[in-house]
Amino acid sequence: MQLAYYPGCSWETSGREYDLSARLAGGKLGLEFIEIKDWNCCGSSAGHSTSRLLATALAARNLALAEKMGLDLTAPCASCYQRLALARHDLLADGQLRKQVNRITGHTFHGNMRVRSILEVVASLGGEHIAARVVKPLRNLKVAAYYGCLLVRPRAVQVDDPENPQMMEKIMAVAGAEVLAWSHKTECCGTSLAMNNDQLALPLVAGILEAASLSGADCIVCACPLCHFNLDYRQKKVNRVLGTGYQLPVFYFTQLLGVALGLEPGRLGLFDHFVNTKPVLQLVS
Amino acid sequence: MRIGVFICWCGSNIGGVVDVPRVVEAVSALPGVACCSDYKYMCSEPGQEKIRRAIAEHRLDRVVVASCSPRLHENTFRQVLAASGLNPYLLEMANIREHCAWVHQQEPAKATAKAIDLVRRAVAKAGKLEPLHSAAIPVTRRALVVGGGVAGMQAALDIAEAGYQVVLVEKEPSIGGKMAMLDKTFPTLDCAACIITPRMAAVARHPAIKLLTHAEVTAINGYVGNFKITVRQKARSVDYDKCTGCGICQEKCPCTVNSEYDQGLGTRKAIYVSFPQAVPNKPVIDRAHCRRFTRGKCGVCQQVCPSGAVDYAQEDVLFEEEVGAVVLATGYDLFDWTRAYGEYGYGRYPNVITGLQFERMNNANGPTGGKIRRPSDGGVPENVVFIQCVGSRDEAKGKEYCSRVCCLYTAKQARQVLEKIPGAKVHVFYIDVRCAGKAYEEFYQDAVARGACYIRGRVSKIYPTGDKLMVRGADTLLGRPVEIEAGLVVLATAMVPGAGGAELARLAGVSTGKDGFFQEIHPKLRPVESSTAGIFLAGSCQGPRDIPDTVAHAGAAAVKVCALFARGEIITEPVVARINERLCTGCLACRLVCPYRAVEPKSIPARGGAPERTVAVVNSGLCQGCGACSATCRSGAIDLAGFSNEQLLAEISALCH
Ligand SMILES: Cc1cc2nc3c(=O)[nH]c(=O)nc-3n(C[C@H](O)[C@H](O)[C@H](O)COP(=O)(O)OP(=O)(O)OC[C@H]3O[C@@H](n4cnc5c(N)ncnc54)[C@H](O)[C@@H]3O)c2cc1C
Repeated sequence: MQLAYYPGCSWETSGREYDLSARLAGGKLGLEFIEIKDWNCCGSSAGHSTSRLLATALAARNLALAEKMGLDLTAPCASCYQRLALARHDLLADGQLRKQVNRITGHTFHGNMRVRSILEVVASLGGEHIAARVVKPLRNLKVAAYYGCLLVRPRAVQVDDPENPQMMEKIMAVAGAEVLAWSHKTECCGTSLAMNNDQLALPLVAGILEAASLSGADCIVCACPLCHFNLDYRQKKVNRVLGTGYQLPVFYFTQLLGVALGLEPGRLGLFDHFVNTKPVLQLVS
Repeated sequence: MRIGVFICWCGSNIGGVVDVPRVVEAVSALPGVACCSDYKYMCSEPGQEKIRRAIAEHRLDRVVVASCSPRLHENTFRQVLAASGLNPYLLEMANIREHCAWVHQQEPAKATAKAIDLVRRAVAKAGKLEPLHSAAIPVTRRALVVGGGVAGMQAALDIAEAGYQVVLVEKEPSIGGKMAMLDKTFPTLDCAACIITPRMAAVARHPAIKLLTHAEVTAINGYVGNFKITVRQKARSVDYDKCTGCGICQEKCPCTVNSEYDQGLGTRKAIYVSFPQAVPNKPVIDRAHCRRFTRGKCGVCQQVCPSGAVDYAQEDVLFEEEVGAVVLATGYDLFDWTRAYGEYGYGRYPNVITGLQFERMNNANGPTGGKIRRPSDGGVPENVVFIQCVGSRDEAKGKEYCSRVCCLYTAKQARQVLEKIPGAKVHVFYIDVRCAGKAYEEFYQDAVARGACYIRGRVSKIYPTGDKLMVRGADTLLGRPVEIEAGLVVLATAMVPGAGGAELARLAGVSTGKDGFFQEIHPKLRPVESSTAGIFLAGSCQGPRDIPDTVAHAGAAAVKVCALFARGEIITEPVVARINERLCTGCLACRLVCPYRAVEPKSIPARGGAPERTVAVVNSGLCQGCGACSATCRSGAIDLAGFSNEQLLAEISALCH
């Protein structure tokens, strides 16, 4: 299956392992990602909190480029996915807005393409398709799947149930891991508040880590660079400020899936995290 | 032709917009109009007197009243005609209030012109009116009550006490409905069983009541005064003539099933009596679970039965009953929160229960013998959180409406926790506390005074932490999020129409509102009558209501039934469709469009010895005069009395002039 691939701004920085692993695991699964040429900012964060029109126009340009390729678009980053999908939704619902935005971008967007999160794309391949390609089942590994807020809200673009999503669970189970029922799958990770309001953000991160530990998880899997950043990078700070001692590795689901598909851990960026991943990865090998 | 026209000001409702003297002037000049006058309130006694006097003085033979909607006062003015010796159907009304003054308030000149047009139309039709005569149809003085909850029982007993026969059909093996599951009832805290079980016994004992449990209505045919009902007696697999209700079969039955009556918190056997005070107090076999039926093995109950009453070969029996009136009393069900509320765990946490489950647990007859316990481990919950409006007042997930009883039963249950568990903490999340009812506000205040802590806001999440639950919500008065640890969470789930209500509505030909509850014909003046004559509504099948209101509603339905029976005959409305057999081709298109199932085919001898041919006939008892058939008839064979083709054409041509 061919898809127009939208890497997003974190692809060479904080979310590098996500991009790497998504492309590699996708390749193993027969997904061909063709990067959109000359893609631009998806309009998230700074964009959408400043101006709805700006955010929609930024996203619309990418949508129009993908449409010209004649392909559906996929984005690994949950925030990119949500921005692009919401912009598509708004543009389809409001002809006036579409005209205005088309004028701004100089690219005509007709609405003949879909925006799909990479999680949804992989899940839609089906358990059998994935299982047939698993060479190294993630035996002995207990994972807590964490979705955050962007993939499951708002309703117009949600990829799964907002209270008890199951897509990552299904993928991880096919990959051979033991998936746990836990309580904080779609809680807020603090997102960008982590930059300017630690007092608020750290307890949010701590709550998620606590719930995952209580459930008996060896690690957390996620599908969003910002979630990953907050849970992985800030774990140390949580421990320091709140006096806790968490050592919970946080992976992108594509990384663990990649391991199961037989990809070499180093190529998946598995050793580039802040929390040491080695003890957990040993469980698998 | 001598037509009198009477124009009403309706205070300033019409007179404030329409130039009434101008209308009088214009109408007086119309051909056939013998007199035209106006008055402030034509429906008042002086207004009616004015019409009576004019009829005598001007020897009027047709009357036009231009006022409000005929739905409001057509009958009033028909009576005026009748009192003056005129056939009441020689009245025509022009609606210059709802159809004119009210909707054109900003344009008085145009409204006046429209009023003149509307009256001219009415005058044209009046010229073509014919006298119509009602007929009398005898009434079968026997009622069917569907549903044996407190509403159905009340209606059945009231009708039976008035001296009429009643057939009471209940789908469950026992009567009693939800009230039989409750522990104590607000606002008096009297024990539900002490009130309901004697009533159940009274129903079973009453010589005028034929009680059919484990049965359902499968067809309702006929019309007011003359219904033919088909009932299916579902196989009980037990011969009730032989069964003594000793209970040995239940005791020995090896197959255990979740009890509906205990709302899944307790169990029963596959051969079972729902609860010890059930009426009738004899068992049925649940064939979906019984091993004899699912695996073809077992037979223990038959072996142990001392009176040989167990009969595996018993079959459903269909039979007919003739009744003159039907009371629907099928009650409510509870909204299935486990499908909608993921934030409360979709039903995955055993210690999140519904209010009705709480009632069972709190009931001395219930699965815990009346002790409030955590279903997960049987422990005593020291912190109990109640959440109101789960599914009610929640357009996104549930229903828009308020379920009316939950505020009070939550207050009741909060009190019960505080009484039964010393030192317990109780928190109640609410949107508003609605306590309109006698002694209701006091009841709620009492719960607060005893220590129930009310928090205004909704709960956004319940999640487990260890063996406790964490309830996270907003306190909108403090403007702060709150988290409360709880051992037990009780959800006040919305009341929704009973399952099967839609099917019954279809059988009975009654309409339902947008939420699926049976629709009364007038929300204020006719609260127990359905859209079909002779079919009445009782209790919570018409909308959420508590026991006092249910009983009052059921009593009102019973009175309507008794009034119908006391008259002994019904005077039919003559505004019905009439078929001209000479023109009818027997295509029966009219039958397809009739919403009241009033049209049927009939064979008549054809002229000149040709074979018989089919024509349509209208059952005037069922016909409601909607006119759908008449508009559909290709050969113009159907006229609706009072709205004949000729009359309608006269109206149209008057309007087009
Ligand atoms: C948790 C809880 C606590 C409550 N506490 C109180 C309280 O303290 N005080 C108070 O005043 N009210 C209370 N109520 C409200 C009370 O339950 C209702 O007011 C009352 O039960 C309504 O009676 P009903 O006969 O209309 O309906 P139901 O009790 O629902 O009875 C309907 C009957 O019809 C039968 N039926 C349904 N469909 C068919 C069919 N197609 N054919 C044949 N039979 C059928 C059913 O099996 C049932 O027996 C409470 C409600 C709940 C949920």
